[in-house]
Amino acid sequence: MPGKTLYDKLWDAHVVRDNGDGTALLYIDRHLVHEVTSPQAFEGLRMAGRKPWRVNANLAVPDHNVPTTDRSKGIEDAVSRIQVETLDSNCSEFGITEFKMDDIRQGIVHVIGPEQGATLPGMTVVCGDSHTSTHGAFGALAHGIGTSEVEHVLATQCLVQKKSNTMLVSVDGKVGPGVTAKDIVLAIIGEIGTAGGTGYAIEFGGEAIRDLSIEGRMTVCNMAIEAGARAGMVAVDDKTIEYVKGRPYAPTAEQWDAAVKEWNELHSDADAKFDTVVHLDAASIQPQVTWGTSPEMVVPVGAKVPDPAGESDAVKSDGMQKALAYMGLTANTPISEIKVDKVFIGSCTNSRIEDIREAAAVAKGRKVADNIKLAMVVPGSGLVKQQAEAEGLDKILLEAGFEWREPGCSMCLAMNADRLEPGERCASTSNRNFEGRQGQGGRTHLVSPAMAAAAAVAGHFVDVRTI
Amino acid sequence: MDKFTQLKAIVAPMDRPNVDTDAIIPKQFLKSIKRSGFGPNLFDEWRYLDHGEPGMDNSQRPINQDFVLNLPRYKGAEILIARENFGCGSSREHAPWALLDYGFRVIIAPSFADIFYNNSFKNGILLIKLDAEVVDQLFKDVAVEDGYELDVNLAEQTITKADGAVIKFDIDEFRKHRLLNGLDDIGLTLQHVDDIKAYEQKRSAQAPWLFV
Repeated sequence: MPGKTLYDKLWDAHVVRDNGDGTALLYIDRHLVHEVTSPQAFEGLRMAGRKPWRVNANLAVPDHNVPTTDRSKGIEDAVSRIQVETLDSNCSEFGITEFKMDDIRQGIVHVIGPEQGATLPGMTVVCGDSHTSTHGAFGALAHGIGTSEVEHVLATQCLVQKKSNTMLVSVDGKVGPGVTAKDIVLAIIGEIGTAGGTGYAIEFGGEAIRDLSIEGRMTVCNMAIEAGARAGMVAVDDKTIEYVKGRPYAPTAEQWDAAVKEWNELHSDADAKFDTVVHLDAASIQPQVTWGTSPEMVVPVGAKVPDPAGESDAVKSDGMQKALAYMGLTANTPISEIKVDKVFIGSCTNSRIEDIREAAAVAKGRKVADNIKLAMVVPGSGLVKQQAEAEGLDKILLEAGFEWREPGCSMCLAMNADRLEPGERCASTSNRNFEGRQGQGGRTHLVSPAMAAAAAVAGHFVDVRTI
Repeated sequence: MDKFTQLKAIVAPMDRPNVDTDAIIPKQFLKSIKRSGFGPNLFDEWRYLDHGEPGMDNSQRPINQDFVLNLPRYKGAEILIARENFGCGSSREHAPWALLDYGFRVIIAPSFADIFYNNSFKNGILLIKLDAEVVDQLFKDVAVEDGYELDVNLAEQTITKADGAVIKFDIDEFRKHRLLNGLDDIGLTLQHVDDIKAYEQKRSAQAPWLFV
């Protein structure tokens, strides 16, 4: 019998019962909750007279609607305010732990889970948010769910699941200096496409992935969903265990020792068989910039905007033309000649302390260019913000002309007041460049924190390795 | 959820790949704490010429006459044909809620994003995957015939064209069963309370740190 993949091991450890119809009832260890996708689920529980199955499995935080400016007066937008207040009242009614808007531990749900140790290796982690794949960086099985499934998890602590196919994406060798986790994952999406991972759980491996810090692995797993895979994951190693140790929700004493013993098994066996294997050469990966309205529309910073005339597939070529029209770009324009209006450094992809250090290292001693209307840095949590301030990173960024904000999802999806105006072009460290994502008519280019900071000081895209 | 058995209805085409859930229902409408009322804002940024916000009277907004669903010939459409990777992006169930509220019960495409696929079935929408060439032919058929209809039968797993031609489709048995009978997943799972408790007892002995 061939060995097991990491996904097989995680799956097998959580099967409550085989339903005999191609699905299994899968046990969920951790359910993260935010204000946007939960109100209808709580309402469903109430209407059916149900209670959360295991209340301590849940952890809630408001993140999508929260203002990133002064919060002392609450949320100005009445509709946003009601949604956050609804989360507050639901958590209080059902006894669920919530980090409220004024709590130092508040932040983006995918930042605070790992930060608190609420995400642990070997867990199944779900949340009504597609970027839940982030938590797979810990050797966990983590994926986004819809609101019906949020209600299902609340009521039963389980999900009805069909097992995914398995894909290994191996990034072989070492990346060059100045190439980050974000560039690696954008290059992977450019290679396999936004539907390449559909139906798969992806394990990221290879030397370049093992070389990444845990935060870098979170960035990679975060964007597994942009490759179509609900779940992305990385095997546990010493870095994983070191990262988890001492965090508030992590086990201690004898339980810690027992946990580590179990966690050390969380890797694919040497003889495990994947349904699909993809190899990328790390050394050939350059800093990446997206040019279109899908994350697969990505090129190295030294390249030009692709020409739809060169695409033989008619549907794809038409999609490229629509994307160029929306983005206000002409084919064959060098990426480095594209000027930007706004810069956004933040989101569940890139708002952790290492991301902010990376941006500050570029910003240090430089100034945001005159043509930039706004360059903002939004830390992923109150604790990330506190850490950055302790390191003096806020001062470096402020002196360079960046704004230093309160934590939340912010302009990644512009549900709060932070957004692009029609036609504005943004260098963004977020995860989606869809039409209207950062504001109606807004034009998003996805990049790493270093590349975003470099675009801010240059006023246009530039290879961060050359400045 | 409403059961789905059979539907004969007008077909509307959405001729672009990678239609994402941000396009299906833009983020400002996700602030609602209800499950209903999203239909008027389905494809809001493509459908109207102004910027939509929750609470607006949509009947007074300027319409984008070029947008496919605004064309009179597709009025009353309940079947949508689409291209690759329909429903990619965010996990927002507001996307299927909006499609359903607008009136779509069937979506046919070469591929769908995983989370959207799951969410749609939970709301009684039948998603049908067909080969790209077969879908492409449907796009051509729709383009030439006003009021083009298809007859979809879930029990038989068939799509019948007006000329009698039949297309067979595959579907997971469990999804078919639930949709045909309008079954509620939570109710089904709660029939297995003893299994869940037994799992918890066994697992909490092995890994107590997961149960604090």
